[in-house]
Amino acid sequence: MTGLRRLVGTTAFKLSVIYMLASAIFAGGLLLYVGWNARRLIDEQIGQTLTAQINGLADQYRIGGIRRLSAIIERRSRQPGSFLFLLQGPGGETIAGNITGVSSAVMANSDLTETTYQRFDEAEGQPVLANRGALVRVFTLPGNNRLLVGRDLEERERLNAVLGQAIRLLIAALLIFGGLGAFLVARRALARMDAMTATSQAIMAGDLSGRLPVSGSGDEIDRLAVSLNAMLVRIGELMQGMKEVSDNIAHDLKTPLTRLRNSAEEALRTSNSKEEYRAALERTIDESDGLIRTFNALLLIARTEAGAGADSFADVDVSSLLTDLAEIYGPSVEEAGCTFRTDIAPGLTVQGSRELLGQVVANLIDNALKYGLPAQEGSRAEVTLSASEKDRNLLISVADRGPGIPPEKRGKAVERFGRLDTSRNKPGSGLGLSLVSAVAQLHKGHLRLDDHHPGLIVTLELPLQA
Amino acid sequence: MLADMRILIVEDDAEAAAYLVKAFSEAGHVADHAKDGLTGYGMAEEGGYECLVVDRMLPKMDGLTMIGALREQGLQTPVLILSALGQVEDRVKGLRAGGDDYLPKPYAFSELLARVEVLARRKAPQAAETFYQVADLKLDRLSHKVSRGGEDIPMQPREFRLLEYLMRNAGRVVTRTMLLEQVWDYHFDPGTNVIDVHVSRLRAKIDKGQAKPLLHTVRGAGYVIRDGA
Repeated sequence: MTGLRRLVGTTAFKLSVIYMLASAIFAGGLLLYVGWNARRLIDEQIGQTLTAQINGLADQYRIGGIRRLSAIIERRSRQPGSFLFLLQGPGGETIAGNITGVSSAVMANSDLTETTYQRFDEAEGQPVLANRGALVRVFTLPGNNRLLVGRDLEERERLNAVLGQAIRLLIAALLIFGGLGAFLVARRALARMDAMTATSQAIMAGDLSGRLPVSGSGDEIDRLAVSLNAMLVRIGELMQGMKEVSDNIAHDLKTPLTRLRNSAEEALRTSNSKEEYRAALERTIDESDGLIRTFNALLLIARTEAGAGADSFADVDVSSLLTDLAEIYGPSVEEAGCTFRTDIAPGLTVQGSRELLGQVVANLIDNALKYGLPAQEGSRAEVTLSASEKDRNLLISVADRGPGIPPEKRGKAVERFGRLDTSRNKPGSGLGLSLVSAVAQLHKGHLRLDDHHPGLIVTLELPLQA
Repeated sequence: MLADMRILIVEDDAEAAAYLVKAFSEAGHVADHAKDGLTGYGMAEEGGYECLVVDRMLPKMDGLTMIGALREQGLQTPVLILSALGQVEDRVKGLRAGGDDYLPKPYAFSELLARVEVLARRKAPQAAETFYQVADLKLDRLSHKVSRGGEDIPMQPREFRLLEYLMRNAGRVVTRTMLLEQVWDYHFDPGTNVIDVHVSRLRAKIDKGQAKPLLHTVRGAGYVIRDGA
């Protein structure tokens, strides 16, 4: 029962029923119109034949007077399916004819009139008492005799009956087939919706791999299912990304937290004086600060990889950004004993995040200072920051003259905490390049590590227009 | 030494708030605590605070709404927003809502203290100040001239802005990130010691050969320009 009620409650069913009712009203109206027109046409035709009859009879009257006319009327009245005739004298007395019971008002009217009559039965000499409908015309003959010629309306009534029957049949057929159609359409729609609902519920229950069924017909429900499926794929990717991010953060923070805890524990075990405790606490705070920085960097990478920040992109004047950075970092580079060179083309702009791009270039210069100093004494130390436009791409690169990174290790360098010196005796969190890579992807570009002969050149390649 | 300040901390985490109240009082200030946005709104409206430290996520009325409501009331007290959301757009949103500064969690207290002390001073009119002096170090904002003991010191534009910011906040500690934000207008982690190099170059210019150094490094916090150690 509830199944039927659900079926009747569907939009498809309601629409079908409304459509069906509209069709019925339209078809009925059409039949009524046809009927009305047919009736008008029949009436018109009857009127014309009546006029012809009257004219013929009037001619006979002129030729042979009332006797000839009544004889003709008597003869014609006896023919089967004959017209209706009534000839009355000046006093209203019946002279000839096959009907009776026509009111005097009708006899006084010369227009085409619809009236009732009673057929006069010859054999009995009595009128048959059933009132019947007729269309009649009355003609006043010279000598004030009145001649009525009429036609029984049985044919017209039969037509009406046929049309009425047709309307009833039509409506019954529409109700049956329309209802059946509505039922089938609704059941099909309901079945597809039920399948979609079931899939959605499975997805809500946590199975993100579920997809809505697509029938392949390409109709509107299919198109909805296709776009919902595309949405599910995207949600799945984002969920996967979030999961990876949280897994990575959990993993990445474990190491420094353990180190922090161990150093505090060691201080507790080995310190003797107030000064030693104080020094240990200061070390702990330094470690915590480092941890906070690492955490912030991880969060920034995670959010960047998840696509956060792309909605606040604006035009960034890369040339002035890099000039600023060169000014900020220049002294530090020189302090490290390096020559700092810049080769920044003027007027470069890109759609992006000024803060992220700034942070990224800062990371690259920082890396160049940490890992890009020449291994042998005496060779020239040099850091170059350059920017140019090439093939609709913006190229920002930082190059050093250090040992470089062999091609097979370049992938690892971009990974989180992917530090290449296994002894880990150099400072740094190992997060710099992974942020650079994430920011490049956020800007729909990519990161490239190349040989600088000698040294490493890191290039950020960003498309100028998306 | 700085005059005592009254600070209102609006923070729902009782432990974090207690820590801040204690830390501010150790720094010589008086801090009150409101545990939700509505209470904070009421206390701040009564006035008498030099600075508000407001957490973004608060029960009853969130931080940004509270700040917006206070600003509509015409309250001018500087507001520092604390937030676990450290992204650029969150900072912009916070400043647009009426905040004056923004510090993402987790943060070092030294950073918060330095920012609050600098913020609280903003109440005093400063636009009219065209001349700063600390001991015999003088900076003229109009002629862009710096001199110490009557002797002119040539300055690069950026060095001038660095010194100007330090002298405007003479006696207050400013952190490295504050310098990067205020002098270079960048809001990111500069890494290594970039700011230190700039400060030590500035120090070489103003303190070299002087009996009494004015630009001091505050360990674990930042820098301060002041007369006396």
